[in-house]
Amino acid sequence: MTQREALQQQAEQRQQVLDAFSHHLLVCAGLGCLHNDEIIKALRKEIAAQGLEQQILVRKAGCMGLCALGPLVLVLPDAVYYQTVTPQDAGEIVAALGKEPVQRLLLPADLPFFSKQQKKVLALSGRIDPENIDDYLAAGGYASAVNAITAMSPPEILRIVGESGLRGRGGAGYPTGLKWATVAQAAGERKYLICNADEGDPGAFMDRSVLESTPHAVLEGMLIAAYAVGAHTGFIYVRAEYPLAVKRLQLAIREAERNRLLGQGVCGTSFDFTVQLRLGAGAFVCGEETALIESIEGRRGTPRPKPPYPAENGLWGSPTLINNVETYANIPLIIARGAAWFAAQGTEQSKGTKVFALTGRIKHAGLVEVPMGMTLREIVFEIGGGIPDGHAFKAVQTGGPSGGCIPAEHLDAPISYESLSALGSIMGSGGMIVMDDTSNMVDIVKYFMEFCMEESCGKCVPCRVGTAQIHSLLQKFCDRQASADDLAALETLCDLVKTTSLCGLGQSAPNPVLSTLKYFRQEYLDRMADPSGPHQEGQL
Amino acid sequence: MTPIPPHPPETAQTLNLTINGRQVSAQAGETILEAARANDIFIPTLCFLEGLSAQGSCRLCMVEIAGSAKLHPACVTRIQEGMEVTTETERLRDYRRNIIELLFSERNHVCAVCVASGHCELQDLASELGVDHISFPCRYPTLAVDASHRRFVLDHNRCILCTRCVRVCAEIEGAHTWDVKNRGIRSLIMADFDAPWGDSETCTGCGKCVHVCPTGALFEKGLAVAEMRKQRPALPTLVANRATEQR
Ligand SMILES: Cc1cc2nc3c(=O)[nH]c(=O)nc-3n(C[C@H](O)[C@H](O)[C@H](O)COP(=O)(O)O)c2cc1C
Ligand code: SF4
Ligand code: SF4
Repeated sequence: MTQREALQQQAEQRQQVLDAFSHHLLVCAGLGCLHNDEIIKALRKEIAAQGLEQQILVRKAGCMGLCALGPLVLVLPDAVYYQTVTPQDAGEIVAALGKEPVQRLLLPADLPFFSKQQKKVLALSGRIDPENIDDYLAAGGYASAVNAITAMSPPEILRIVGESGLRGRGGAGYPTGLKWATVAQAAGERKYLICNADEGDPGAFMDRSVLESTPHAVLEGMLIAAYAVGAHTGFIYVRAEYPLAVKRLQLAIREAERNRLLGQGVCGTSFDFTVQLRLGAGAFVCGEETALIESIEGRRGTPRPKPPYPAENGLWGSPTLINNVETYANIPLIIARGAAWFAAQGTEQSKGTKVFALTGRIKHAGLVEVPMGMTLREIVFEIGGGIPDGHAFKAVQTGGPSGGCIPAEHLDAPISYESLSALGSIMGSGGMIVMDDTSNMVDIVKYFMEFCMEESCGKCVPCRVGTAQIHSLLQKFCDRQASADDLAALETLCDLVKTTSLCGLGQSAPNPVLSTLKYFRQEYLDRMADPSGPHQEGQL
Repeated sequence: MTPIPPHPPETAQTLNLTINGRQVSAQAGETILEAARANDIFIPTLCFLEGLSAQGSCRLCMVEIAGSAKLHPACVTRIQEGMEVTTETERLRDYRRNIIELLFSERNHVCAVCVASGHCELQDLASELGVDHISFPCRYPTLAVDASHRRFVLDHNRCILCTRCVRVCAEIEGAHTWDVKNRGIRSLIMADFDAPWGDSETCTGCGKCVHVCPTGALFEKGLAVAEMRKQRPALPTLVANRATEQR
């Protein structure tokens, strides 16, 4: 029996086991939802008490996305979602199986939060047990990797990834196919692969959720990439603040090795690929690819000037492919369904779907996956359910602490790399913070600048000293001590830091200031030493 | 420290480019800074020092290249055939002045009472670029002076974090006594694992760091202002001699 057949058999066996149950109860087991272990225990206890162990399966699953109403329990095959479940609800939930669902806990079936989303990368999140490789296999997992390695040539894979139009999901949006082709062509016997799972933006948890929900999808993407570019060693650089992601990755690597999907002779071929974890110590700048490489090499994590780019001269001087978690997680889907399927979605230059972490002043905060090209309005008001407590929308910040704040008049802008940058913001890795009329822009911007100042590595002068000076100037506005000269100095400094900083951190740090100076200038003027309005402490 | 990859040694290919409209030629693999200096075109630098790895961190040597909207650090950007480089524009001068002003605002640079006054690269560049005032409020941090070493002193008040000392110690002396601790505006040069310099187990007392330091942050005890001359030009010779010995 070939490796391929063995995996298929394993998948079928698991499917039979799963099919034998009349109902599945899936419990959100992300880090964000509390008490999920107790809920699982309570459900199991209830089921055991009624002697239904053979009919009802209780499983933990990854994040289902609607964190604001979590923990969620999903009942299959009915596809009924229960919200804010507590262990005390177990009896009622089990009793209702096969009958009318528990109205008290029921999430409306047509909630735009679910119906407007298009889950591709997150399709299996919340549907499979992340700690069981057989679950992933039964859902068709690793079929793309096995097919790629046993039946496709590296150039063929490069062509498909290139044609799909996939762009890096870690922030800069560099075309993935182009990057892979550069690494594949780079001279050098030894090549490395890195998965960037450092995700340090405050409020962002897209990558964490993917790692916690479908760790095998990331490994599968890396495996295909390694085969395509000719790398035999891979690293996942994951922040130590994500203990559950680390644990699940460790388990996933072990299980993949046991099934000969990683290690020596993958799938019975002569292709070798091993993956190791490296833990980041919580510095935001270590998510920048060259700083990350310095950190893996055992040095202080500070960025290197580019060029040379990692694709030519990366880890220990070798050609290195570095991609984001979500970028890798897209790969198995593209290989399985083809470039055209992927490219059918999105805008001219931004294809596919993107995962966003929707937070701030919004009803349905959580994790969402939408096609590129969807408008900000649809995301905020339909999927996100709008602003709570009767307040009005004021701005949405995309792209993390160094993204721009986009005002209401641009709510109809489509989500794409180009349109966000035209608005003075960035796609970033997918953070989305909504602000309402109680938010004071200068206070908020000062908070973001403080973050950039604290996280600046200190290597280059404009970012190290410039962010600190900008922060002091913003403080003056908050204290109503600012003068017209201070406003001019603020603009000069923002231009300097943006234009002359060494890495993306400094280059993007002024975005929040510049965008609010453009769209909310009056708030700065109102807070100058000569007061023209009452001072109110804003909220964040 | 990340040295930019060594020059490709085998090719002695000559490339033609223009700097400020002037036709110049230089060897493939050379940086814009090298090509400019070889042709007596001045580009200001602080973190760069011939003989040490270039790290492109002071951002003073940023230049414009035709066809690119971005600015490029001359010390780490390799020349290309047909490149059109501009090293002097009003915009570049403004940025450079602002960077010098930021450095002055960062710590306590009181030239009147500094041992390096008169032969300080920061001071020289300030006058070269016409910085006659500091537009940003000075931060006046409270910083220590480490006088624990038998012969030398480290005065954090005057350090501009160029890391020349770190690099010369690691790359030339091979001791790697110095490194940077903390990050951002709180960054500080430290000896060993944050020991007083005098207690350092790795410091050989060679004094190279003192000589490469562009300001009065590192100086020799007991020397008056006029005597505190640093011997920077010796470095390329030293490196060249080393390279010959190793062959
Ligand atoms: C300050 C800074 C922080 C970054 N943090 C991350 C991060 O947490 N995760 C990530 O994937 N990329 C991050 N990036 C982007 C990476 O440098 C790099 O572009 C990315 O990992 C490439 O992968 P991709 O092409 O798949 O997007 C960061 C960049 C900067 C400048
Ligand atoms: S821009 Fe900021 S984070 Fe990036 S190298 Fe410069 S100081 Fe470090
Ligand atoms: S002590 Fe001198 S050489 Fe060392 S980083 Fe500071 S200014 Fe540069």
